Amino acid sequence: MTPRTLFDKIWDSHVVRSIEGGPDVLYIDQHFIHEVTSPQAFEGLRARGIPVFRPAKTVATADHNIPTMDQDLPIRDLLSRNQIETLTRNCNEFGIEYFGLNHPKNGIVHVVGPELGYTLPGMTIVCGDSHTSTHGAFGTIAFGIGTSEVEMVLATQTILQPKPKSMKITVNGSLRKGVTAKDIILHIISKISSGGATGYFVEYCGNAITSMTMEGRMTICNMSIEMGARGGLIAPDMTTFGYLNRIPAVESRPDFKSLLLRWRSLKSDPEAHFDREMEFDACEIRPMITYGTNPGMGMAIDGTIPGAESITEGKASFLKSLEYMGFRPGQKLLGHPIDYIFVGSCTNGRIEDLRAFAAMVKGRKKSPNVTALIVPGSKRVEQQAIREGIDKVLAEAGFELRQPGCSSCLAMNEDKIPAGKYAVSTSNRNFEGRQGPGARTLLASPLTAAAAAIFGKITDPAELIKN
Amino acid sequence: MPKAKFNILESTCVPLPFENVDTDQIIPARFLSATSREGFGENLFRDWRYDKEGNKNESFVLNDNKFEGEILVAGKNFGCGSSREHAVWAVTDFGFRAVVSSFFADIFRNNSLNNGLLPVIVPEDFLQKVLETVKNDPSAKLKIDLPNQEITLTSTGDSVKFDINSYKKECLLKGLDDIDYLLGLKEMITAYEFRNTLRQ
Repeated sequence: MTPRTLFDKIWDSHVVRSIEGGPDVLYIDQHFIHEVTSPQAFEGLRARGIPVFRPAKTVATADHNIPTMDQDLPIRDLLSRNQIETLTRNCNEFGIEYFGLNHPKNGIVHVVGPELGYTLPGMTIVCGDSHTSTHGAFGTIAFGIGTSEVEMVLATQTILQPKPKSMKITVNGSLRKGVTAKDIILHIISKISSGGATGYFVEYCGNAITSMTMEGRMTICNMSIEMGARGGLIAPDMTTFGYLNRIPAVESRPDFKSLLLRWRSLKSDPEAHFDREMEFDACEIRPMITYGTNPGMGMAIDGTIPGAESITEGKASFLKSLEYMGFRPGQKLLGHPIDYIFVGSCTNGRIEDLRAFAAMVKGRKKSPNVTALIVPGSKRVEQQAIREGIDKVLAEAGFELRQPGCSSCLAMNEDKIPAGKYAVSTSNRNFEGRQGPGARTLLASPLTAAAAAIFGKITDPAELIKN
Repeated sequence: MPKAKFNILESTCVPLPFENVDTDQIIPARFLSATSREGFGENLFRDWRYDKEGNKNESFVLNDNKFEGEILVAGKNFGCGSSREHAVWAVTDFGFRAVVSSFFADIFRNNSLNNGLLPVIVPEDFLQKVLETVKNDPSAKLKIDLPNQEITLTSTGDSVKFDINSYKKECLLKGLDDIDYLLGLKEMITAYEFRNTLRQ
């Protein structure tokens, strides 16, 4: 048999029908929905007079527009409140499990899915959210879809999808001080560019990847979309199985042993062909920061913004981007004052991220010039942080732990960065206005955000790490 | 449910010569709280069309009366970022029926095709020629011929072929709906589920 990639194996086993010269009809094992991209899909079902085909395969959570303070009070913004009420109504009417505001399982959809055991190796997973790629960390084909496609899944548990090409990204070597999964993926995107992997589905390999925790792997896969990739996955291994074994809902399944046996076979064949392959040396990666308005515009934290003369393609867009950020070509960012930090999102809102941040700020004080938004990715992450005393460490250092949600990552709620202000953010997008109209976002790791919060300026986190 | 059809479109165009235009620019997140598909055109490129005080930015192309038409011509990697279909709804609600670029982000392209908005992928040099021609002559027209998969800059006669998969082409030409198609496969889907249960 022809050697196949892990991606091929999962994709091919989910094809219900191939259309000549067209897309495949792909079966979806797990569907996640949230309040922003689902209402029009439910409207579509109503207009057709049809039910949800497999309601048990869809799970809903409220995350994008919810407030991250006083969640027990009614949502002040009427449009947001209406959107949440609409989701509640739709889930009740169509029989879908729903983790609404204040539900103990509530949280960001890509944090909740994995931690509750909905995300399992070998699955196909979709959600009306581009960061669905996060779930690829478990060896799944997971990708974001539009609302018309959400309606397809609700109506038929399938989706029409052209098969992407395959790309293998290998990262070998040990990490330098202060370098995290976030820095690795920002480094990769800065080399590939924000559109360079469009049309591809990525498999991440190499010992720098396999030595990562599940949280780190999720951070890597999460940002696959930021280089244009349809998604990214990592073959499941002992780390994956160990993580799943600690989830009661998974471990207690009567078929857990046979599932484990099947999951062990989920890997690319040694001779499998990838349409494109790239390799990176982890030892060369420094803590990263972005300077522009797309995630591909990143550099080592002590680096220099490229000079205008070195930009051959897209110069107008490059200059427009720097103008928006208030930076100059050839400028260094180390020591540049900052106004805000944001720690959270489906990229870096998990317990490990809060632990890393807390370890950095412990015994130190937040700079008085910095406003900090520390937002756990889910209720469970919030509870875990409180159990571990992270909230107290934060409080002593002048930080406050908020309640879970997508928050300032896309600033649909009140957590907006004011116009012209600089925010070091652990989220995934530095687009113009992403964190609020006129906001200036610098993407970085939780460690870099911590260092920036302490000193009030862009600082190499390695300087704060004791040997 | 039948959808709008697309066959041949000849129109003046609106040039947007920037690269990596993301869906947060096309429709900012703070306008995503609606629960219907209508009305998003009003906020298309909101933060480029209006300043912080809500005043019109007269130099932005959508506020420039010289440029109008049903075709948006944009720099490469158009529609990157968030999967929000609201971006496509904003573009169509504003009155566009096609977007021409040298490169589209995957999700935006899928979303476009699902809403009868034709994404036309052209070579970079053709794109630059169109942008330059339209800048100098806003009355210049593009003709998009879907049956022949051909796009022509009518004033110069420059013409290139474009790709589209045959299934989607058929859907657009006949106004067919994907969900109707999938609903017709229910038996096949149920059989797939049954086989899959056995395999597990």
